[in-house]
Amino acid sequence: MAYSNKVIDHYENPRNVGSFAKDDPTVATGMVGAPACGDVMKLQIKVNEQGIIEDAKFKTYGCGSAIASSSLVTEWVKGKSLDEAQQIKNTDIAHELALPPVKIHCSILAEDAIKAAIADYKQKRGG
Amino acid sequence: MKLPIYLDYAATTPVDPRVAEKMMQYLTMDGEFGNPASRSHRFGWQAEESVEIARSQIADLVNADPREIVFTSGATESNNLAIKGAAQFYKKKGKHLITVKTEHKAVLDTMRQLEREGFEVSYLDVESNGLVDLAKLEAAMRPDTSVVSIMFVNNEIGVIQDIAAIGELCRSKGIVFHVDAAQATGKVDIDLQNLKVDLMSFSGHKTYGPKGIGALYVRRKPRIRLEAQTHGGGHERGMRSGTLAPHQIAAMGEAFRIAKEEMAAERERITALRDRLWHGVKDIEQVYLNGGSAPRVPGITNISFNFVEGESLIMALKDIAVSSGSACTSASLEPSYVLRALGLTDELAHSSIRFSIGRFTTEAQIDHTIKIVHQAIDKLREMSPLWDMFKDGIDLNTVAWVAH
Repeated sequence: MAYSNKVIDHYENPRNVGSFAKDDPTVATGMVGAPACGDVMKLQIKVNEQGIIEDAKFKTYGCGSAIASSSLVTEWVKGKSLDEAQQIKNTDIAHELALPPVKIHCSILAEDAIKAAIADYKQKRGG
Repeated sequence: MKLPIYLDYAATTPVDPRVAEKMMQYLTMDGEFGNPASRSHRFGWQAEESVEIARSQIADLVNADPREIVFTSGATESNNLAIKGAAQFYKKKGKHLITVKTEHKAVLDTMRQLEREGFEVSYLDVESNGLVDLAKLEAAMRPDTSVVSIMFVNNEIGVIQDIAAIGELCRSKGIVFHVDAAQATGKVDIDLQNLKVDLMSFSGHKTYGPKGIGALYVRRKPRIRLEAQTHGGGHERGMRSGTLAPHQIAAMGEAFRIAKEEMAAERERITALRDRLWHGVKDIEQVYLNGGSAPRVPGITNISFNFVEGESLIMALKDIAVSSGSACTSASLEPSYVLRALGLTDELAHSSIRFSIGRFTTEAQIDHTIKIVHQAIDKLREMSPLWDMFKDGIDLNTVAWVAH
């Protein structure tokens, strides 16, 4: 599989790998995918009082483009409001990383991870 | 050390320099470039002689008669010719065929084609160690079963089937027995005087010969007949028409000659390297040796590193050329059907790496590989949410995953 330099860069130097404390009320978690499918992404966001995503971390089990997609979205969501983050599209991720067609599902998974994390936050806030 | 390190000998082997040297003698005006079918001049006679020497060398490795060797373009063609040729020739006996789920695609896809042509095929399961259960094979045999096709050595996990016993069973029922031996030559002893095998496929490039050449063994006593699949000038006793390629054939002959001469020493050396590799990685947590309890060729070691996905592992092992049973290295997005047939979970199939060692592998290369594997596993598990869950004592089977 010939990957773009951006995928390789994110794979070799993944940004924001790690976890936040689960019981922190400002932290929300989105976990998507399934081991049987070969990829699982966990995206965590830390949201301040103004509803801005201050920080993000990820852990991913999956191929190089799944890791790169999740690494990229942790960079993208930082500093965005929840509404803005909600607008991130898998096509933007796929375009930025120049993913081959067979790997588009990785970008879809990354978009799903953002949406799942936001949904978790809203639920935590009683929304 | 020169990088990357080649540990994918089961995919293909480099041509042995002695073989390449031989091959080059059959191409130019100064060499033996003639057409072995030319009967009217010495260019043809010389080429024919070289082809016959090579035929003997190949027959020698497997203790067969040279007249039982038919040259083809490779093991895929041999499998096609053997299975289709025998199924069609013996269709009056019946139209039922038996094979195994872990066969190479060249056998499975040939069987699928025969199904489209009106044959019925039974695909046997294997045990969790990759071996065929003889009782289950016998139970699958019917009065109208004409051909059984079972590989000698599995290309993904390296397990060796009990070809002697399967052969006895087939012969006792009068069923033609074909064996794909592409991964077996030069690795296991093959004695066709003793084995009750009727048809056997060989490949040049899995045994340090060139790509694009193979052979099919077709037993003479008792005589096995085939319907030709390629028609033309009647070469190879009518079984496979097409001008013979003396450079390929002489090279394959030389490769098989060397294989016979050096097999015992090579097996010992590769076994030591294989053990060194396994001892270097087996203490990593959650590591599984696939097909580990069956007899295996030393060259192929298939390991699942749980909670790490195979393709990302291959990326992390970028200085090591290996292959993976992960979906992500294939176009189909399905994990290895061979590992699934062993009963591995999808996760473990996705997490598998095949290391295949060969003639030019060194101890230093194995040591470097062990080091890189440790680094890669550490890095990827650090990044794996599944590893975290495992460490937290969560049973992944109890999680409600959202499949996609």
